Amino acid sequence: MYQAIVFLPLLGAIFAGIIALVGARARFPGKGPVASVEDTAAGHGPHHGAPDVYGGGVIHSSHHEDEAREPAAAGSRTAELITTTLLMISMVLSWIALVDVGFAHHDARVPVFTWMSAGDLKVDWSLRIDTLTAVMLVVVNTISAFVHLYSIGYMHEDPYRPRFFGYLSMFTFAMLMLVTADNLVQLFFGWEGVGLASYLLIGFWYHKPEANAAAIKAFIVNRVGDFGFALGIFAVFMLTGAIDLDTVFAQAPSLTGKTINFFGWQADALTLTCLLLFMGAMGKSAQFLLHTWLPDAMEGPTPVSALIHAATMVTAGVFMVARLSPLFELAPHAQTFVTFIGATTAVFAATIGLVQNDIKRIVAYSTCSQLGYMFVAMGVGAYSVGMFHLFTHAFFKALLFLGSGSVIYAMHHEQDIRNMGGLKDRIPYTYIVMVIGTLALTGFPLTAGYFSKDAIIESAYVSHNSLAYYGFAMTVIAAGLTSFYSWRLIFKTFHGEPHDQRHYEAAHESPLWMLIPIGILAAGSILSGFPFKELFAGHGVEEFFGQSVKMNPHLIEEMHHIPQMIAFLPTVMMALGFVVSWLFYIRRPYLPVELAGQHQMLYQFLLNKWYFDELYDFIFVRPAKRIGYFLWKKGDGFVIDGFGPDGVSARVLDITRNVVKIQTGYLYHYAFAMLIGAAGLITWFMFGLGGQ
Amino acid sequence: MIGLGHYLTVAAILFTLGIFGIFLNRKNVIIILMSIELILLAVNINLVAFSTHLGDIVGQIYALLVLTVAAAEAAIGLAILVVFYRSRGSIAVEDINLMKG
Repeated sequence: MYQAIVFLPLLGAIFAGIIALVGARARFPGKGPVASVEDTAAGHGPHHGAPDVYGGGVIHSSHHEDEAREPAAAGSRTAELITTTLLMISMVLSWIALVDVGFAHHDARVPVFTWMSAGDLKVDWSLRIDTLTAVMLVVVNTISAFVHLYSIGYMHEDPYRPRFFGYLSMFTFAMLMLVTADNLVQLFFGWEGVGLASYLLIGFWYHKPEANAAAIKAFIVNRVGDFGFALGIFAVFMLTGAIDLDTVFAQAPSLTGKTINFFGWQADALTLTCLLLFMGAMGKSAQFLLHTWLPDAMEGPTPVSALIHAATMVTAGVFMVARLSPLFELAPHAQTFVTFIGATTAVFAATIGLVQNDIKRIVAYSTCSQLGYMFVAMGVGAYSVGMFHLFTHAFFKALLFLGSGSVIYAMHHEQDIRNMGGLKDRIPYTYIVMVIGTLALTGFPLTAGYFSKDAIIESAYVSHNSLAYYGFAMTVIAAGLTSFYSWRLIFKTFHGEPHDQRHYEAAHESPLWMLIPIGILAAGSILSGFPFKELFAGHGVEEFFGQSVKMNPHLIEEMHHIPQMIAFLPTVMMALGFVVSWLFYIRRPYLPVELAGQHQMLYQFLLNKWYFDELYDFIFVRPAKRIGYFLWKKGDGFVIDGFGPDGVSARVLDITRNVVKIQTGYLYHYAFAMLIGAAGLITWFMFGLGGQ
Repeated sequence: MIGLGHYLTVAAILFTLGIFGIFLNRKNVIIILMSIELILLAVNINLVAFSTHLGDIVGQIYALLVLTVAAAEAAIGLAILVVFYRSRGSIAVEDINLMKG
């Protein structure tokens, strides 16, 4: 069964890939061999004149015209149905697995085959199924299945759907590989696999320069984190001589107090290892300092944003910390750092979200902020609570993204909320589900977010981590900010006067393909909270999670005995955020403008995302460019080409050019040369060695 | 008494004249041919002189052989010149420079 869960998406990806390849061959015959799924993009060639339907803010009067220009690839519907069906099967099996593992405790190790064996290093492909994995299987497959379904509607104008669905299924497979990993190398394989899929999908509309730039940015920023992650894995192998999780965890307690030499600095082994591993999590989960790629990744199609950049891939970092909880529990300094980064991200991303105008970017910063919450939970040692938020967040954030997608679809690819307004009458269904998503995100009582977010804030309050109060304060503040920007999005999009009459008139509800998934996710946003509360953040934790995460048992107990005031604080903040938002955007719409005018500097600071892009551009990008330019002009152009192969060949040409001049063509010159030669030869024979 | 040395001197002078005839001549290819004849004759004198001096008849036979070859060479050379003149319209040394790289 577990093999089926993991490999069905791969099968789907292969099918869709083959259809995409065949389609590409049919469309561009004789374009040379196309070797793999990834190559299909290149196979299409840059000059097929694909319509720029998706350009942000570009208004297209007629979609049908574009459709006529580029017919859909043959077999698109087949590819869609195959991948979606396989994902649906996977999803059902995952829920069965969750029940089987979580409640009946049928943990499993499913060996697939040996991957490599070199000296002490032995790496197997095998599936580690415990509660943590089962929860992730459910999250990944559920969201992925509904996103597949949604994409059938959302992408129906796109001519390259088989490729899109192939990538989506490939992503799902890589993510499943990641969550079922039984050793760190397999985890890394999945980690890089999702990175690749993310790159391909952000750059899916590769004829858009911004999409390509965003894809490259996401890839490079992730490599920074992965560098740390890889070093962390090396450190684990160096310390324990093994990379499979069971051995590592068994040896972990004996490693406390050990030090390793890190550039001449005697560092505490476990702290350093955990920090390095966490660096990978920071990159993948877009935490403070390595967050810059996530908002840009919104250039990809909206279903991709929902699946990869909200619900699953970006939570891989959180999952990884939970998976390695036996290590992190032994490294309190690393935990403090995790808390710090998480809390900072939660507030930092929320402040930026306050003033952004692109509907998807607001939700992206919200994702960033919510990931910060999860890391706070991880940092204070409440792993199951963090996983709870991951679980609920996947539903409501995927819902918000897919809902935004529905709005964008209705508005003909308009993403700027300043051009929207009053849409609630035109697309009531989308309006309702978006409100549900927002309620869940802001933590309205009895919705999913209410239980998980409050649990995080409570766990931060009771934890003994040295930065626990910082984490607590920041998450509470972020709760207010979250409420404000979420309602701002709703109010500016759905309430008030329409700002763009033409778009408003043309707005239409999305097709059923899209409405069904968001409806189900809306139900999930409400229902994924209460039934799971006891399992993730109550007395059932130990029973439910078993050995899969290492929890401090007192933490949950203490969470139930905190002052009433503290427990109500997040809800109060939520209400406050709502009221302020209502005041700003419904009651007195002139207020935000005035406020922005009065605090111009602050406003610009937030609007420009704390100037992080500019800062990185200044610190890293431009020096790198300068070094590259120097190496190009001086290193390659001057040294290598001047003195290397090109230089040698140029000197040879110079010499021969002069030698050629001796050959004049005049007979007497040749005769003279012959005479000199003969004279020289005779002289040599008479006086030189030849005479002996 | 005219000895071996005198003969060799005459031969050397003829040889040198031949050489210079080739190099210093800027006019006519026929003069080059004549210079080559001169060089060959100088060699012939050497051969005959040594033959007499050493009492060995082979040298004189060899001289006759050289004369034959020289006659053939002159015939071929002149024939080439005639053909060359027909195609190029000149036999001036300055104009014969087709053999350059």
